[in-house]
Amino acid sequence: MSHLEISIKQKKFANKVVLQDVRLSIAQGEVVSLIGASGCGKSTLLRVVSGLEHDYRGEVRLDGTVLSGVSRDIGFIFQEPRLFPWLNVADNISFDIGKVGHDDARVIELLAEVGLIGFGQALPKQLSGGQAQRVAIARGLYTHPKVLLLDEPFSAVDAFTRIRLQDLLANVANVHGITILLVTHDVDEAVFLSDRVVVIGNQPGTVVADIRIELPKPRERETAALLAQRSIVFDALHSAHVV
Amino acid sequence: MSDTLTLKKAAAAPVSPGDFLAAWVGGKADRTLRGLLLPILLLGLLEIAARKGWVEARLLPPPSEIGATLWQLAQGDLWSHIGASLARVSIGFVIGSVLGLAVAVLVGLNRTLEDLLDPTFQALRNVPSLAWVPLLLLWFGIDEAPKITMIALGAFFPVYLNVVCGLQNVDRKLIEVGEIHGLGKFELARRILLPASLPSVFTGLRTALGLAWMFLVAAELIAASKGLGYLLSDGRETSRPDLVIAAIFLIALLGKVSDSALAAIEVRSLYWRDTLRTRKRRHA
Repeated sequence: MSHLEISIKQKKFANKVVLQDVRLSIAQGEVVSLIGASGCGKSTLLRVVSGLEHDYRGEVRLDGTVLSGVSRDIGFIFQEPRLFPWLNVADNISFDIGKVGHDDARVIELLAEVGLIGFGQALPKQLSGGQAQRVAIARGLYTHPKVLLLDEPFSAVDAFTRIRLQDLLANVANVHGITILLVTHDVDEAVFLSDRVVVIGNQPGTVVADIRIELPKPRERETAALLAQRSIVFDALHSAHVV
Repeated sequence: MSDTLTLKKAAAAPVSPGDFLAAWVGGKADRTLRGLLLPILLLGLLEIAARKGWVEARLLPPPSEIGATLWQLAQGDLWSHIGASLARVSIGFVIGSVLGLAVAVLVGLNRTLEDLLDPTFQALRNVPSLAWVPLLLLWFGIDEAPKITMIALGAFFPVYLNVVCGLQNVDRKLIEVGEIHGLGKFELARRILLPASLPSVFTGLRTALGLAWMFLVAAELIAASKGLGYLLSDGRETSRPDLVIAAIFLIALLGKVSDSALAAIEVRSLYWRDTLRTRKRRHA
């Protein structure tokens, strides 16, 4: 029995079929990237797993139990930080259970983990884009989720910040053995972070390739082995007519 | 070191009164003082115009005379007039804005209630204050009740409209974060929708307070034996422009002071906002 079992027969918006026969089995602690053209339904797939979308045919199982609606075992990190501007950093991080204050042990632990020690009392407006996304990651981790879903989480930050945030995510995945499902447009990001890169074809969205990246972690960037994997993914994207 | 340099420069530079005024208005002056510049200039100009006979003092008495009138009134029953008006505005404003807030929350959070109530309110808000007067007089007589009802009516609509609009314009993206955390309808309203629409609440309250003063005068002009509106009609009946202008001045002053108080509360409550205004404050 796999850890996260996604089986979507069909998901429609109005009369348009967005996802058709998507089956994915993900093992505990696996990092899986979903990659594909814009509008192919990757984000919708993520929203189905998160419980935000109810109206679809199929089911999502976590450790054998069918999920209905949102769950504390599944954290979600959006493309934008989506912090609440009226709450300070600590209260944003602990949003799931309400205000706990900046000296809450779990908040301090998470601030350290995302590299923002001492920022508990700062307001979102005082943060840079990268810092805000770090807070969003800490908020996603607050409930000790088994699965973390990320929807193009680093696409809105500059290239250097992106590299540092990718390192942060790789570290989080390594340390906690958390299962990660990541939607991205960035092939380098997918190959660097993932155990598997899943290519979603277009109209309707379905799995067209499932590529295993068998490289030890933590990984170095720009190695020959990584570049080889990258061209395999590009080939798959070509045959799926994504690029 | 750079400090001593600028000090020397400042001491050496000849400062003409024009330069000084330009620098003062441009940045050095306290913001309150800068706001007083225009009224003081206007008052000075009016004084000169009246003294020189450019305008007829019988129609537009000089500020000094109006000041004297105010001083004279202050020895007598001015304070009871101000007190009566302040009490009416406060009670009417509180009743109107609390009701506006309550109805807006119901309408803003419930589609069915919106369909049922909003069209009626949108129609009623177009009725000018004076149109209510005959009806309120018929219903409540000429006592305090019609005046307070009228002020409450004036305060109700801006609060209602702004808060409904604020609630309906809360960013869907923030609501989604609440849904991910499993918030129910009530918690979603309490933890996300209401704090997110707080800026609109204050916009509504400030507009409501302004309208409360307007409706007050409308109410007092028609039937009152106390209050600033009564002073206005008294001045007209006794052909005393100084009295009329003194009452106008007091209404403007009280309106400004009460709005500033509300604005101060707004700034304190919305310290988290990242806007042009808060940015300017930080750099000032």
